Amino acid sequence: MTTFPIEQIRADFPILGEKIRNKPLVYLDNAASCQKPQAVIDSIVHTYSHEYANIHRGVHTLSVKATDKFEGAREKVRAFINAASTKEIIFVRGATEAINLVAQSYGKSKLKAGDEIVISAMEHHANIVPWQMLCQQIGTVLKVAPMNQKGELLFDEFEKLLNGNTKLVAITHMSNALGSINPVEKIIAVAHAKNIPVLLDGAQAIPHMAVDVQALDCDFYVFSGHKLYGPSGTGVLYGKQALLEAMPPYQGGGDMIRSVTFDKTDYAGLPQKFEAGTPAIAEIIGLGAAIDYVSVVGMDNIAAYEAELLAYATEQALQIKGLNIIGQAAEKGGILSFTLEHIHPHDIGTMLDSLGIAIRAGHHCAMPVMDFYGVPATARASFAMYNTRQEIDVLMQGIKSLIEVFG
Amino acid sequence: MFEDLRDLYQEVIFDHNRNPRNFRVMENANRRVDGFNPLCGDKLTLFLKIDDHVISDASFQGSGCAISTASVSLMTEIVKGKTEAEADTLFKQFHEMTTGKTEDINLEAIGKLAVLAGVREYPARVKCATLAWHTLDAALKNQQEAVSTEE
Ligand SMILES: Cc1ncc(COP(=O)(O)O)c(C=O)c1O
Repeated sequence: MTTFPIEQIRADFPILGEKIRNKPLVYLDNAASCQKPQAVIDSIVHTYSHEYANIHRGVHTLSVKATDKFEGAREKVRAFINAASTKEIIFVRGATEAINLVAQSYGKSKLKAGDEIVISAMEHHANIVPWQMLCQQIGTVLKVAPMNQKGELLFDEFEKLLNGNTKLVAITHMSNALGSINPVEKIIAVAHAKNIPVLLDGAQAIPHMAVDVQALDCDFYVFSGHKLYGPSGTGVLYGKQALLEAMPPYQGGGDMIRSVTFDKTDYAGLPQKFEAGTPAIAEIIGLGAAIDYVSVVGMDNIAAYEAELLAYATEQALQIKGLNIIGQAAEKGGILSFTLEHIHPHDIGTMLDSLGIAIRAGHHCAMPVMDFYGVPATARASFAMYNTRQEIDVLMQGIKSLIEVFG
Repeated sequence: MFEDLRDLYQEVIFDHNRNPRNFRVMENANRRVDGFNPLCGDKLTLFLKIDDHVISDASFQGSGCAISTASVSLMTEIVKGKTEAEADTLFKQFHEMTTGKTEDINLEAIGKLAVLAGVREYPARVKCATLAWHTLDAALKNQQEAVSTEE
């Protein structure tokens, strides 16, 4: 822990110097969205100040420069998740759009009525609703693998759901409501043994651990740039090239075509086939800057540092009488979801906010998870590489004080 | 420690949260409406007994944050004995007070409910306070469907 350059990192995030309600900001809502380092902010300012034009469209210098930078960001993403080719990196608006793309393109073209899609009980609505929409459209069937009280996937139950009708597994790498990290290697192994492709929702996992899509051998991996210290409006769909080649376009428009006449359109090759219209150019270049930033810190260092933070927070939280941790999986990322006896999470959220502490109070877009635990909502503190033990102390003191006030 | 919040969380609110008034199922109610705030999961069921246009009894069940619990608890107290028309006027006054549309609210008319005026400064919490009253409004109009804050 001593070797982790926390002071330097904090200094790189200008917003961490803000005061909220006259108190130093303690930002613990990272699972919703992360703050941005100066390098990302500078990147966006630089693009708009010096290198901005539309991409893939002009012979003029600026367009060429912007295209180079944009494609440079694609290469950075490729290297970051170790994809085999930049053709496998599709830029989208976020994890949500990536899953919708797979549902509407892969799902609609490859699946048919009666085919089964397996998800888990801990999914974000983004990995539930697109599949439900597909089921309504074409008659596929959604199956939900259960979890235990700790928030761990019941692997045997999951495996039992895989049968001859199962045509896709779509499961979260790490749960946003509970922090549980799923045994994705094992999941992929048993699914592939039955020739079932696997989509991993990496929205939460990507900022917290090194991800190697080839080592995992997942078929699709999706994530959002804004949770990886990058700009909002950016996201990535990774897909194995052979799968992406065989999929029809998701949206039609400019940039995704090779030639258009009123009779017929030839689609562009990968990755442009899935990137209709002008993308978030400066933001995606900024996502490249975010990846540079976390790569310098090192994903393994980040994972180790955050694991210590979580262990410390958990230990402190367990000492608070009346505090109930929701989600106690053995394999867990930096998320502390909790409830307090007789105090509603929204009151917790408002009270902590008055102390400068930003947490999330609500259902975390995972209403089925709330139903499972029989709570309307939870309070959730989620950690990033720039959080400190001192901030956790401030949080715990705040929780103790509000328990007293509520009496 | 929570000085900034004194306008929002007044002692009356803590009191009603700890000991909600009229917190019971009413077997002989002739109006019964569910209210739901999907954003925070607040759920309540409001029971009214209306005889001859007068609210002779009001009670509720459910769970929510301190603001929503205090709001519905206070509401059941204050509407008891009021005519439907009077309750409707209170609903409108309460709505104006919490959404800050009028500066000159008649605090006297609104009485005890004034403790909830603080939510005006917390846009994220206004619906917690108004859920009870929208549910009352539906009950007064004799609607059967559940009320949601997100429509
Ligand atoms: C696990 C998980 N999946 C998907 C999403 C959706 O991400 P976005 O809203 O950036 O598209 C989120 C974001 O909250 C998430 O936590």
